[in-house]
Amino acid sequence: MDTMPRWADIALIPLINLALALLVSALVIAAIGENPAEAMGVMIRGAVGSAYGWGYTLYYATNFIFTGLAVAVAFHARLFNIGGEGQAALGGLGVALVCLMVPWPHWSLALPAAVIGGALFGAAWAAIPAWLQAKRGSHIVITTIMFNFIASALLVYLLVNVLKVPGSMAPETARFPEGARLPSAYDWGAWMGFGRSAPLNVAFFVALACCVLVWVLIWKTRLGYEIRAFGQSEPAAKYAGIRPVRIIMITMLVSGALAGLMAVNAVQGEAERLVIDSVQGAGFVGIAVALMGRSHPVGVLLAALLFGALYQGGAELEFEMPAISREMIVVIQALVILFTGALDNMVRGPVEGFFRRLRRGAA
Amino acid sequence: MATVTQTEGRPSAAALSQTAPAIELRGISKAFGAVQANKDISIRVERGTIHGIIGENGAGKSTLMSILYGFYKADAGDILIGGTKTDIPDSQAAIRAGIGMVFQHFKLVENFTVLENVVLGAEEGAFLRPSLAKARRLLVDLAREYELNVDPDAKIEDLGVGMQQRVEILKALYRQADILILDEPTGVLTPSEADHLFRILRGLRDEGKTIILITHKLREIMDVTDNVSVMRRGEMTATVKTAETSPTELAELMVGRKVLLRVDKTPAQPGPVVLKVENLRVTDENGVERLRSINLEVRAGEILGVAGVAGNGQSELLEVLGGITEATGTVTLNGHPLQLSGPESDGRSRRQAGIAHVPEDRHRLGLILDFTAWENTGFGYQDRPDYTNGALMNQHALRTDTEGKMERFDVRPANCWLHAKSFSGGNQQKIVLAREIERNPDLLLVGQPTRGVDIGAIEFIHQRLIELRDAGKAILLVSVELDEIFALSDRIAVIFDGRIMGERTPDQTDETELGMMMAGMDGKAR
Repeated sequence: MDTMPRWADIALIPLINLALALLVSALVIAAIGENPAEAMGVMIRGAVGSAYGWGYTLYYATNFIFTGLAVAVAFHARLFNIGGEGQAALGGLGVALVCLMVPWPHWSLALPAAVIGGALFGAAWAAIPAWLQAKRGSHIVITTIMFNFIASALLVYLLVNVLKVPGSMAPETARFPEGARLPSAYDWGAWMGFGRSAPLNVAFFVALACCVLVWVLIWKTRLGYEIRAFGQSEPAAKYAGIRPVRIIMITMLVSGALAGLMAVNAVQGEAERLVIDSVQGAGFVGIAVALMGRSHPVGVLLAALLFGALYQGGAELEFEMPAISREMIVVIQALVILFTGALDNMVRGPVEGFFRRLRRGAA
Repeated sequence: MATVTQTEGRPSAAALSQTAPAIELRGISKAFGAVQANKDISIRVERGTIHGIIGENGAGKSTLMSILYGFYKADAGDILIGGTKTDIPDSQAAIRAGIGMVFQHFKLVENFTVLENVVLGAEEGAFLRPSLAKARRLLVDLAREYELNVDPDAKIEDLGVGMQQRVEILKALYRQADILILDEPTGVLTPSEADHLFRILRGLRDEGKTIILITHKLREIMDVTDNVSVMRRGEMTATVKTAETSPTELAELMVGRKVLLRVDKTPAQPGPVVLKVENLRVTDENGVERLRSINLEVRAGEILGVAGVAGNGQSELLEVLGGITEATGTVTLNGHPLQLSGPESDGRSRRQAGIAHVPEDRHRLGLILDFTAWENTGFGYQDRPDYTNGALMNQHALRTDTEGKMERFDVRPANCWLHAKSFSGGNQQKIVLAREIERNPDLLLVGQPTRGVDIGAIEFIHQRLIELRDAGKAILLVSVELDEIFALSDRIAVIFDGRIMGERTPDQTDETELGMMMAGMDGKAR
């Protein structure tokens, strides 16, 4: 029995959550003696007020779409993949190897190859926790968290000892050759006002395509049907002849591959080399994005745009109002995650009550 | 096996009814969207009586009780408790008004002890010890007074369902409930446990408690209630004194037409052996042998009924044949051996071999409650060519097929977009049956086909099973309802403690002999 209309569940509640988060943020900003209205203005203008802002907002959003989709797909099988961070890091390794080892004549060849490389490495990194879960019952939350640390250590080792350019002080790979360079927003969107520095690149369209593909996978395919059935009830899935091992493995491989694809944007598209900590927490933001987006690709897309704007707006705020430190911006982002993710039920109850009264009034 | 005892008329109940009724409902209405679940319902439940509420699934019994217990708010109408108008916005208010509820699905913490469960939510003060001590004293008293004996220190997960139900009753009594509502309490009980429950209820009534018993089993109503109210399609059609009515009259009031309580069927025409089970053994994860060398055969065109008290291995038997549980031994279907372990032993390969399975527990196995009806129609058959388009699901075909099935099996409401959880138990069961029967399997496994299903639907379901048999298919029926076993089976196998105690045909045996066999005594010895 639905107590409230669907639009309220998928749109109204997240918006109220967001408004509450911003309200509390405003109180925090006021408490340190700054003007919250001005700060909000700076954030919003910084994120979406100019082509420059959009160039960054959409770049960040692209990262979050990949990691958000990764968490969302796993969540349909009731698997909580906390390992997006590590899977994306390994995806970076895959992308870097693809870009460095083959002298690509043109980006249109390098992009699909990098997509395959990033997806394969990300999936491979998810495969081990998935196998442990499917065969040994080791909890996926624990193993994926541990694999984040292993991934981080592995990349430090590789970048310092194996992949570093000889003679260089920086623990990073050589710059990718020109043929592997993805067209940035300046190349295809200069007419919209994007500048040379915009990190936004064609990986954004890969991310949009992934949203569509995930939607088809989850809601239209037999595999998606089986993933959802397994997520709803494991005993019933067994009754229906759905093999748990198969579903856990496939779901986690898809999830890891999506996380790994993030590197196409961050490593190939933006940094054009593999650096230490190329993921920068996007794997964890993906969890909040998936939660807020109700594990639906459209929701993930919208939530990723919001978080992209928060990141970019926050960076602007830090720059324009020095009294608001980096930590304060983390606080604001954390408040949004807190309200949209953890405190969801706090808003849900009263809203449901409101619709119940409304319905009774109308009846 | 204990036989069902008859109640005598009770003059004291009539004497007590001079005072204000324990509960009076006036003009209660409740709609969910377009569905009118309760229409202008008025009822008086006299103090110190057992009041039965009977009706088909989806008749609105559970909705009415949920309103009384504060889960739903009525759209219109008044609730009077002991003569005073009372507002019940939530279950806390219901408890304060002296109402206790025992749900069909228990709400107990599995790894807590009985005592902890009884006290949970009604602790007095920050420390548990005084409350636990008080509860322990109360439990001892109640055990003596009403045969409500339960080990206070046992963990819930170690108790059988009958015991768990007693804990639910104790919880209500600990909260000083004067009015006890039981929703389908015997659905999960063996006949002797049910008898015990009724003795408890009579004892409570004699102490002045008021009991509302929601059921669709006519025999229970006749056996234990003082008054009975009948609901049909959201309306209260009659309230009568139990002593002044008959099962036939009640059945008519419930469904609004004459019901056949027996199934018309011709003698079976058994064909070749379809299912042959030899030396089947199952050992569970705790090392307990659940099935110890089962041997049986089912032929084409016959129904083999497996009778037994729940928990004696019949669930495991179904799950092994359905590919859910692994086992050792030999099972052949039409002469071809089935894999009993390993990856080829799953629901998918069983279906491909020609076995359809209506599981005992439709909520746990047979349906995905959060899936729509049409998604559930494909459940287990999601890889069939008629439901797929390459890697995609053929949603159009699924929906068309579901609409047809809903019409042929009279599923109400016939809306394939509703989630499975929105249907009543009987309609959920019809969705599962339609899916499994219409695949035209060589062998149909069917467990508790009419558990939690109303009389009208029982008749329908029984006829469908007989039709399938007459079409030359083999059916293995597992049921704890002896009536059902007798009505449907061509042969009856009795299972006890993981063994088949013996086989009878329905005309060679009677409930007494089967009861002895179900209790582990050799029926031949008498």
